[in-house]
Amino acid sequence: MEWREEGVLLTVRPHGENAAIIEVFTAGHGRHAGVVRGGTGRRMSPILQPGAQLDLTWRARLEDHLGAFTVEPIRARAAGVLGDRRALAGLGAVTALLSFVLPERAAYPGLYTRSLTVLDLIEEASPHWPLAYLRWELALLDEMGFGLDLTCCAATGATEGLVYVSPKTGRAVSAEGAGEWAPKLLPLPPCLMGEPPESPGELMQGFETTGYFLEHQLRASLGDKPLPGARGRLLRVLAKG
Amino acid sequence: MAQDQEEIEGLIALMARLPGLGPRSARRAVLQLIKKRGQLLVPLADAMRHVAETARECLRCGNVGTADICSICQSEKRATGELCVVEDVADLWAMERAGVFKGRYHVLGGVLSALDAVGPEELRIPRLAERVREENITEVILALNATVDGQTTAHYIADQLEDMGVRITSLAQGVPVGGELDYLDDGTIGAALRARKAL
Repeated sequence: MEWREEGVLLTVRPHGENAAIIEVFTAGHGRHAGVVRGGTGRRMSPILQPGAQLDLTWRARLEDHLGAFTVEPIRARAAGVLGDRRALAGLGAVTALLSFVLPERAAYPGLYTRSLTVLDLIEEASPHWPLAYLRWELALLDEMGFGLDLTCCAATGATEGLVYVSPKTGRAVSAEGAGEWAPKLLPLPPCLMGEPPESPGELMQGFETTGYFLEHQLRASLGDKPLPGARGRLLRVLAKG
Repeated sequence: MAQDQEEIEGLIALMARLPGLGPRSARRAVLQLIKKRGQLLVPLADAMRHVAETARECLRCGNVGTADICSICQSEKRATGELCVVEDVADLWAMERAGVFKGRYHVLGGVLSALDAVGPEELRIPRLAERVREENITEVILALNATVDGQTTAHYIADQLEDMGVRITSLAQGVPVGGELDYLDDGTIGAALRARKAL
């Protein structure tokens, strides 16, 4: 068995004395693991940092074997963000969440493209990357089957004045439709619907809503493991400004 | 396997679990030990027994020694007000080999890792904050690996110590001594260029 594709490095674990087991995310093969011989050595360590864009060749005798990767670097994203705590936290959150939620060897080409976009914005220190990251979390929820429906009010059908999200259904709710249930609903800031945030607080409201669904629906569907701490660290860094 | 060789085979199997040794090299090492029983095997066995009984972590910094407080922490000469934070004892030993740093250390015992669910509570970060308060520390040098996890930990510690009135620094990143640009990865070259200095 053999395939060659470009992908993003998600995680690296030492294996034996100088090999590593890496997890990558590719458009055609999804999250895929394999051994890199010499992966913890001096030559390979700088290349095998989470977020790196790699040219990957995977070989195994049988399809269901772990297999081995041969890697060539294309773009080392981590090196550019090591000194920037916000960007580093963003890169860590993207790679950790992908590693946590994606099933193995299932292709998500749309999510792959969006992940590349947000990783590139983080590396380029674009001021828009926190918003792009928030939109990426929405896309992640969507791809995993827990997408939010923000098109119209679940109670009245109105398409204007949507200010809440129902924690049960993930559907938008207008102020009028919420009525006395308003305190139990999640905020729906305009930035969740693609508008630029007017304040950092608005962005944090968006993260509160996506975080609820990541924690209570997506994570809960994956067993007992907690959400990666990297997301919480990112939120703390962003809240600090 | 012959009955009388079981214990030797057991020793070979144990040695083969050490880093850098495989079954063949472990067999060679054990054979050499047996051949040089008086010069190597007996002193090695004594030394290993002694270390097994006495080795412990320094209660203050996390270094490994045979006393509750290691010699570095006990030395008044090392009370320079500088505290070097490292991930592991191996990093502390590497810094000591270089012989450049004259202050004291703090071994975290790992780095924050999303993958392995290692949080600040699993590391000695709360103890670090206590030491900064108690030991008149003026500078904390974050000598953590230039990896995503290492630098995430460095930024986290910097945040925790931000209001404590200490200078927080980290090791430079760039071209290693003897390094040739042609053989360096793109990331290292980029980091070196960003950290360039006037001559």
